[in-house]
Amino acid sequence: MSAIDAKPPAEAAAPPAASGAPAVSPAARLLAGSRWRWYEFAFWGLALGSYFVFPNKLMLISEILILGLLALSIDLTLGYAGLVTLGQGAFFGVGAYAAGLAAKYGAGAGPWSDPLLGLVIAAGAAGLVGFVTSFLVLRGSDLTRLMVTLGVALIVEEIVTQAKSVTGGSDGLQGVMSSNVLGMWSFDLYGKTAFWYVLIVTFVCFWFCRRLVNSPFGLSLLAIKGNPLRARAIGMPVNARLVAIYTISAAIAGLAGGLLTQTTQFASPDMVAFHRSADSLLILIFGGSGHLYGGLIGAVAFRIMQDFIGNITPQYWLFWVGLVLVLLVLFVRNGIVGLMANGWRRLTQKSHEGKNP
Amino acid sequence: MLTILFDGVAYGMLLFVLAVGLCITLGLMNFINLAHGAFAMAGGYLTVVMMNRMGISFYWCLPAAFIFAAVLGVVLERTLYRRLYDKTHLDQVLFSIGLIFMATAAVDYAMGASQQIVNLPPELNGRVEILGANVGVYRLFVIAICGLLTIALQYVIARTRFGSRLRASVDDGRVARGLGIDVTGIFALTFAVGSGLAGLGGALGASILSMDPSFPLKYMIYFLIVISVGGASTITGPFFASILLGVADVAGKYFIPAVGGFIIYTIMVAVLIFRPQGLFTRSAKR
Repeated sequence: MSAIDAKPPAEAAAPPAASGAPAVSPAARLLAGSRWRWYEFAFWGLALGSYFVFPNKLMLISEILILGLLALSIDLTLGYAGLVTLGQGAFFGVGAYAAGLAAKYGAGAGPWSDPLLGLVIAAGAAGLVGFVTSFLVLRGSDLTRLMVTLGVALIVEEIVTQAKSVTGGSDGLQGVMSSNVLGMWSFDLYGKTAFWYVLIVTFVCFWFCRRLVNSPFGLSLLAIKGNPLRARAIGMPVNARLVAIYTISAAIAGLAGGLLTQTTQFASPDMVAFHRSADSLLILIFGGSGHLYGGLIGAVAFRIMQDFIGNITPQYWLFWVGLVLVLLVLFVRNGIVGLMANGWRRLTQKSHEGKNP
Repeated sequence: MLTILFDGVAYGMLLFVLAVGLCITLGLMNFINLAHGAFAMAGGYLTVVMMNRMGISFYWCLPAAFIFAAVLGVVLERTLYRRLYDKTHLDQVLFSIGLIFMATAAVDYAMGASQQIVNLPPELNGRVEILGANVGVYRLFVIAICGLLTIALQYVIARTRFGSRLRASVDDGRVARGLGIDVTGIFALTFAVGSGLAGLGGALGASILSMDPSFPLKYMIYFLIVISVGGASTITGPFFASILLGVADVAGKYFIPAVGGFIIYTIMVAVLIFRPQGLFTRSAKR
């Protein structure tokens, strides 16, 4: 976590991590953190450029962005507030079904089918569930949290599969039709509209998260992560902050779910399944938590790996996921972003060379 | 009605044997081993292989499953698990989820994804009348074995020197270490026995629970419920919790199938919120 920050203060990069920073005023620190760095432009430039480089993989890229957004939402709770969760899939699923049901209700033409309204509904529904369940997460230890969030996810999954009349049960929600984005662009077969739609929504969410973690609010979250007792002792409303970030995170996860439903025109219980939560957590850990970019980069790496291994042994992909998880926990701290930051620091200390992921 | 109760008790006893190792290791090392079900699966599949491919008697399979899972447990504990004791709960959870995924895929690779069928010896099939209830002989067999195991476990933990050391380590590992108790050794042994019991449970349950590659993931939640309801510091707590869960699950599936697992998950979350230390424990500690 401290890898990026350990650079000289003038260069201090995006995430204000909780460790060993020299004495800088909090305001200066926040300002330094909120400045856009060149590699951030490079990252989003690459995301934009992928439209022209891989014109026939647009659906895949959209999916990667959605996965990244989901991982980003976990990063808010795990990487910044230090709340462990195994049930982010629940909010993803709630958002997916909320957007799907809204679009289905509007039947592809009515005002309810508007994709942006669908996103608002998805985020609202997931945020509501997140707000209600956030009070369950405040109590107890890490272990209790893991089990409670897992339990909530299982309950949501159970509701989705049992309430056949509303959700279509295990067959999934059929007939999801969104109307045109802003009334102008329709979702096409090649995923062009979907790509731009997802990219822009993801970027807006990312920008929002970036502002959020570089605000005094975000700084207070890091304080709570570092030491909840001390944070409370200096007068921070710890519980209120945690409820807030948990709700925001849930809403963003719901938004990601809504995006997936709208772009694939389908919602299935698979979207709330346990492996969804586990995968998204893996993606975040893979990319590195507490950096905001971890989730997005992790999602790219995850899908590339999935494609690569899937081509060799499609059926036993799960084995390699498990192996990667075990190895990550045992040997690699901070994920890809951490590795890159380490490598970058080493390079800049010796000489100036290209970025070496 | 009584039949359901009997089935529920048998199911609950089975769950207890499956989960008790997890409860003790959690209480002892504060280590979350979600992959506990993988050991049960190992035992179950060993039984399947031994019976169906080698034609070995079912009764020999049970101790074999115990030993196989115990050896597997001790090897993994010494090589992998021990590196994680001082890591965060999140790391432990990710690690054990990784193990689950690997076990699932490996079994899928070796045995195929379909559910495995165990042909019980003829004397264990059939049903008998007890107290006016129609009960499967095999259910009785399961209850008997699990009951004996429970009594033996309770005896070991409550009466023997090893048991008192174990209890001391669970209550306060640091002080126990300070008193010269070899907590690491006790833990390795407990881990082995716990995994072995899970393997035995898997072998016993191979015909009752569905034995397929998704087994560890499917039953993980049941183990977690047993722990959250029963608490992780005694074995009587998990025992009652298992029986309760078994009866509730069987009865729930019989009377209101539409609700499915909904009730037990809700109970788990509710217990976790209102009594995070478990229903049957004395006081909160961790």
